[in-house]
Amino acid sequence: MEQVTLTIDGQAVTVAAGTTVLAAARSLGIHVPTLCHDPDLTSEGSCRLCVVHVAGARTLMPACVTAVMPGMVVQTAAPEVVEARRTIIELLLANHPNDCLTCERAGTCALQEAAYAYGVRFPEAGSPLAGEKHQWPPDESNPMLLRDMNKCILCGKCVRACAEWQQRHVLDFGFRGFATKIVADMDQDLIGSSCVYCGACLTVCPTGALLDRRSIGRGRPWEREHVRTTCGYCGTGCQFDLAVAPGQQGKRQVVEVVPTAEAPVNGRSLCVKGRFGTGFIHHRDRLRQPLIKKDGQWVAASWSEAIALIADRWQAIKADYGSDAFGVLASARATNEDNYVIHRLARSVFGTNNIDHCARLCHASSVTGLVASLGSGAMTNPIADLAVTDFFLVIGSNTTESHPVLALAMQKALKRGAQAAVIDPRRIELAGQAQWHLQLRPGTDLALLNAMAQVIIAEGKVNADFVAKRTENYEAVAEAVKDCTPEWAEAITGVPAAIIREVALAYATAPAGAIYYTMGVTQKTTGTHNVMAIANLALLTGQIGRPGTGVNPLRGQNNVQGACDMGALPNVYPGYQPVTDEAVRRKMAQAWHVPPESLSLQTGLTLGEMLDAVDAGTIKTLLIMGENPVVSDPDSDHVVQTLQKADFVVAIDLFMNETTELAHVVLPACSFAEKTGTFTNTERRVQMVRQAIEPIGEARPDWQIITELAAAMGQPFGYTDVAQIMKEIAEVTPSYGGISHERLAVTPQGLCWPCPAPDHPGTPRLHEQAFTRGLGRFHGVSYLPPAEQPDDDYPLILSTGRRLFHYHTGTMTRRDPGLAALYSEEHLEMHPDDAQALGIGDGDWVQVTSRRGSMELALRITDAIVPGTVFTSFHFAEALVNRLTNPARDTLAQIPELKVCAVAVQKIAAPEGYQRPVHKRVLV
Amino acid sequence: MNCNCGGTAESTKDAALATMLAEYREKPGALIPVLQGAQAIYGYLPETVLAQIAAALHLPLSHVFGVVTFYTQFHLQPRGRHIIRVCLGTACHVRGGAAIFTALQQHLDVNDGETTEDQRFTLESVACIGACGLAPVITINDDTFGRLTPEQLPEILARYA
Repeated sequence: MEQVTLTIDGQAVTVAAGTTVLAAARSLGIHVPTLCHDPDLTSEGSCRLCVVHVAGARTLMPACVTAVMPGMVVQTAAPEVVEARRTIIELLLANHPNDCLTCERAGTCALQEAAYAYGVRFPEAGSPLAGEKHQWPPDESNPMLLRDMNKCILCGKCVRACAEWQQRHVLDFGFRGFATKIVADMDQDLIGSSCVYCGACLTVCPTGALLDRRSIGRGRPWEREHVRTTCGYCGTGCQFDLAVAPGQQGKRQVVEVVPTAEAPVNGRSLCVKGRFGTGFIHHRDRLRQPLIKKDGQWVAASWSEAIALIADRWQAIKADYGSDAFGVLASARATNEDNYVIHRLARSVFGTNNIDHCARLCHASSVTGLVASLGSGAMTNPIADLAVTDFFLVIGSNTTESHPVLALAMQKALKRGAQAAVIDPRRIELAGQAQWHLQLRPGTDLALLNAMAQVIIAEGKVNADFVAKRTENYEAVAEAVKDCTPEWAEAITGVPAAIIREVALAYATAPAGAIYYTMGVTQKTTGTHNVMAIANLALLTGQIGRPGTGVNPLRGQNNVQGACDMGALPNVYPGYQPVTDEAVRRKMAQAWHVPPESLSLQTGLTLGEMLDAVDAGTIKTLLIMGENPVVSDPDSDHVVQTLQKADFVVAIDLFMNETTELAHVVLPACSFAEKTGTFTNTERRVQMVRQAIEPIGEARPDWQIITELAAAMGQPFGYTDVAQIMKEIAEVTPSYGGISHERLAVTPQGLCWPCPAPDHPGTPRLHEQAFTRGLGRFHGVSYLPPAEQPDDDYPLILSTGRRLFHYHTGTMTRRDPGLAALYSEEHLEMHPDDAQALGIGDGDWVQVTSRRGSMELALRITDAIVPGTVFTSFHFAEALVNRLTNPARDTLAQIPELKVCAVAVQKIAAPEGYQRPVHKRVLV
Repeated sequence: MNCNCGGTAESTKDAALATMLAEYREKPGALIPVLQGAQAIYGYLPETVLAQIAAALHLPLSHVFGVVTFYTQFHLQPRGRHIIRVCLGTACHVRGGAAIFTALQQHLDVNDGETTEDQRFTLESVACIGACGLAPVITINDDTFGRLTPEQLPEILARYA
């Protein structure tokens, strides 16, 4: 690149052509003040505070938008420069409230800092500058952000962050001259605008114009400590700092989430849940002591009493019924260390492989299908690869709501000119932004995917070289899809044949084409086959193993990838080492100092099978860590009846919930803010979670609770701190062999597994030279309709999903007052044609009934959903959609068909006194 | 639309808007002509129309609003049948323009930029009309009235129904 040499304040500096004078000055350590400049945003050069003197220039030049020129002579602190800056600051202060003493931003305010640096005071009374000031009422309409436009200096950074980082464009400059202000949409209060409360505006605001309402009055910046950690919501793996300050009784409290440019996945972008959804941490409902159910009543107990009781019961059950009378539900929300320890408890203390977790409900079919096709069940490419992809398919993923920050990378790719096709029964946000929306009937994905394969083969777009060198069993797919023409698929899916053809060819011929998918693909009785069909497309076209390509299942929870990696599965030890492998068993037995025979060689039961076994009386006791199967699993009534049948249920959780209510002992666990460990995100990136505050009440980290239970059962694990656990994980798990807390402490970008050795850099992209299983394997998979079809009694298809403002069973997000207020109740989405046929109006209450159960909620009419289908989320226990869902399972991965069941909808009277929420923020 | 003054007339306006949006949909840089066209159709720019324009031109609503509120030519509120512009430029100021403006405000019971309840008049102050020799001066629609005294105003206004 061309280099330019210039002189700044008498020092020569050589920088790349195109560098700004500001950047060149900063590279010399020269401070040039700015207000409207941000390194992560485009520069507008509007505040003029960064003006510098350039020899020969007619006027002072704004350093942030002036490119360096050869031989340029710059003075950053010439008298006229200082005078100009003073004037700018004087003019800003002339129209700024003089309330720095009480302003929340004092100490971090850029205007205050500039005034201090240049010795500028608020104008004296009678000064020509002491003129009119704005008296706009502050916008306190919403629970998250306080907007006081009287303190706005019109730097425009919030406008640019909203547009450039978040692609939302909610904010812009409105009005003119003195009346100019930043407006949301049409200058309404934020609550009535299209804001999604990501907080990007707040992150860049230089003054007190934008504040996190909940942190106001909770400590000055210098009283706060920042602790870098990883978000506990979705699988994107955002990092941020938890700002903690001394609260009541001197105990440290989380007061705010502060984004950091150093976060490897998200930079300074966050979503509303990560940015503001911390209200659950200090919530009054947090469990603070162990609870034992005595005569149907919960009684607080000491830890020693609770642990002794549990150990007694378990020992008795083991003696009477043996190891396989135990079932363990681990947690995709807990750390790798927590999951490793609970997996060890199951296998070495209980002696059973009956351990599973909610990955069974989300990506079990991905793990099974992709292991069979590629050899590894994880996302093949890093999120950052979206920056170089030319075409991407998004299948069954409402990414902007389920993985909001990951979706930003997709939206940026679209803005850059990449093309995308969205396959979804609903016109989700991304569908409106992509070139194609294939609005298929729920459950018909496999017909569509096979038709795409047929097009690629029939039109001669197979990457023959790739197929010959890197794959096997091509004949199977060629045979299976030969009759699956787009016309055939149109009849099944409702997607026009021409569109199927177009999209298949766009994918096949893109220089770099990628596929992203989630539950819309996996939560089907043909889930594994759906995943194999996706892998077939990548193998046919060679769209894998290169930047911008890949088969990318977006993992749902913060640590669902890690929980799977840690062996919280019935068939594998950590790192997917089969429990049936004698050599693996010996290795694990040695690590755990137990006789090999004490570890079962028999594959354990999956989540659904465990519930069946409880029902059948073969499993007597369950240990449930951080899961809420009553709300999250299909056919809730049956789950409740089953749990009631268990002899002894122990639950470890943050809160009492629908599942813990059915337990016999409940143990209080620490939230992510109270413990240290690691999460593995959707792209296999292992990142640190760090303790920011002391545990709430007597809560303990899960790993510690389980270690104590193991000791009480006569098998001390010997962990005294959490880093030791990761050390053991690395010893027994080849793909984590090079990962340790010590290394992560100095590796802020985290480590993507496989990372087999301490000097291995990690593997962000899989299958580059060879597939994990050697050759990629094609599978001929045929379309089968969903297990339950609409009929006269149940004429509509019910599909389920997620909302931006809530997370899973809502135990955390619904306890955050802000999130709860922005999305306070659930509704059922229905197409206007169906609503008209049923005589139901928007906002009416309906009863939705399937063969298994029913629920009641309000109706929302929207043409964004395909006719014949209704949709809702599973976040709200009052509208318990999983009472209705079908527990029919995929035979290969045992994942239930949560996405499709047949229902009837009828209008009912609204609950007495019901009022429709006025400002519910609905995205689709 | 949010007006009950005659469904047919409204739907004609909506149809005209739809035709215009279809014409400009794929043309970059069309916002200002589209806003002018929409204002010609409706007489002002209702919020629902701004939302339609934003959607049709694939522009953020905030951006459309920003443009509308930047230019004095665009109006978010219905305008009167007759537009009174009162000059408060230097020459008119010296010769009592403020008194004229105050008299009009009182007479019509509106503030600067507002429209009378009967939609008859909209009152606006302007910086200079370019007829300083006639100061103090006002215009009503395209008519100019100069060398005014407040006493003349009722008679002049009465000419505009």
